[in-house]
Amino acid sequence: MLKDATAIVGIGQTAFAKHLPESEKALACRAILAALDDAGIDPSEVDGFASYTMEETDEVEVAKAIGAGDVTFFSKVGYGGGGSCATVGHLAAAVATGQASVGVAWRSRKRGSGPRPWKNTAAQLPTPGQWTRPFGLLRPADEIGMLARRYMHEYGATRDHLFNVALACRNRANQNPSAIMYERPLTREMYMTSRWISEPLCLFDNCLETDGALACVIVSAERARDCRQKPVYVHSAAQGLPAQHHGMVNYWNDDPLSGPAWTAARHLWKQADFGPEDVDVAQIYDAFTPLVPLSLEGYGFCGRGEGAAFTEGGALEIGGRLPLNTGGGGLSEAYVHGFNLINEGVKQLRGSSTAQVPDAATCLVTAGEGVPTSAILLRA
Amino acid sequence: MLTPVTDEDGAPFWEYAARGELRVQACAAPDCGELRFPPRPCCPHCHSFDSEWRLMSGRGRIWSYVLPHPPLLPDYAAQPGYNAVLVELADAPRIRLAGNVVTTPDAPLNSLDAGRLRIGAPVKVAFTEVDGVTVPRWLLERG
Ligand SMILES: [Zn+2]
Repeated sequence: MLKDATAIVGIGQTAFAKHLPESEKALACRAILAALDDAGIDPSEVDGFASYTMEETDEVEVAKAIGAGDVTFFSKVGYGGGGSCATVGHLAAAVATGQASVGVAWRSRKRGSGPRPWKNTAAQLPTPGQWTRPFGLLRPADEIGMLARRYMHEYGATRDHLFNVALACRNRANQNPSAIMYERPLTREMYMTSRWISEPLCLFDNCLETDGALACVIVSAERARDCRQKPVYVHSAAQGLPAQHHGMVNYWNDDPLSGPAWTAARHLWKQADFGPEDVDVAQIYDAFTPLVPLSLEGYGFCGRGEGAAFTEGGALEIGGRLPLNTGGGGLSEAYVHGFNLINEGVKQLRGSSTAQVPDAATCLVTAGEGVPTSAILLRA
Repeated sequence: MLTPVTDEDGAPFWEYAARGELRVQACAAPDCGELRFPPRPCCPHCHSFDSEWRLMSGRGRIWSYVLPHPPLLPDYAAQPGYNAVLVELADAPRIRLAGNVVTTPDAPLNSLDAGRLRIGAPVKVAFTEVDGVTVPRWLLERG
């Protein structure tokens, strides 16, 4: 059983900025060493690694640089931001089954100052790019905007609902000195008059382009009791690739509005001792605001078509029904393929968040919705 | 403009388009016949590797649409206010093709006033050549 068999005992991060001078490799090493220091574990004890397939820094380089010993488990998860929580899930499984004893997951990224993949016209994949790219569906914002407009049409969701998501994330970032949007408040007027990126999505519906890196350390629950920090247990973990799914352009599914969240959620809750009503705080992947109402439905916080209405009345703010993305999320803290959501979940359950939910004991963290995804439930 | 980079499974779609035909891959097993899109080697229903390309009526409805704004690739940024739509086919509503609604088959991507787009609007297919490749375009059914 995976349930509570392992715990996150260390977290680390670099600064977040539009531009950082160091390389992705250097940033990765800084985040990993910070996480190990946080845990009080010597780098030579690391014998497990997990990251994303989109991570440029591989485990060979990282292991050498930090002075790891013999490594007995390593894993990479595909589909961009869909892989974030799976890195923790893979390490938890490896540690729980004895394939490794100290696992490190990380993500280092220079998207603030580096190239944007959608600008590369030479390397477009033949499938499914041939069905969308020639028609000017060029960027993730265009692909998700298509689902967003349909969602708004079917369920009466409005731009005000999307604003609720952007505002909750921004308000939390305003409390977080590490966030790119610290001390930069958002108003409804700023949102409503901002430039379009892909109608119906405006500037503030899109995540930040960020340079930065994060890491976390996973050990057995037994060992966690002797670590420097209060353990945060990996209670449940799941990945989700639904039947007939097609990635970002999930348009050829029978039901494009029920995405990978639904598949991951079914397995996640089946393994857990508690349900959505017992979640104290959530870190929900927010590359784009519409992913949040879709995820709220997928993970069972409300019914189908009710995700937008769920955001009303301050539900996502501190003190609301489901405080969300309490570090500021991808929309306002940093967009590092969702890894900041994992570390923020850990901070909440340690009681050390800059926007602490009182007595938070359970946290859902999700990875990218709209691509093959993953999720974890953490508990104090 | 980006032209389709086809693969073995998708090539027939573009070959039929060049003849002015909108065809969708279908299972050719006698008791199955399920349509599938995007095309692929075998049928997820019966696992037959036999396929045929079934002629569609070319009629459909707008399922959703976006209006992309810069930053965009230069050829698309040069057509501000263009639309990208998903059309659900009248013959097979769960088959949705990405495309562009224009005023005439050869008109620019931004030829239609975006205010005339709405979800559910009936459209019909037309074909045009872009950089040597024939691609489908969509025209509003009612003028
Ligand atoms: Zn078949």
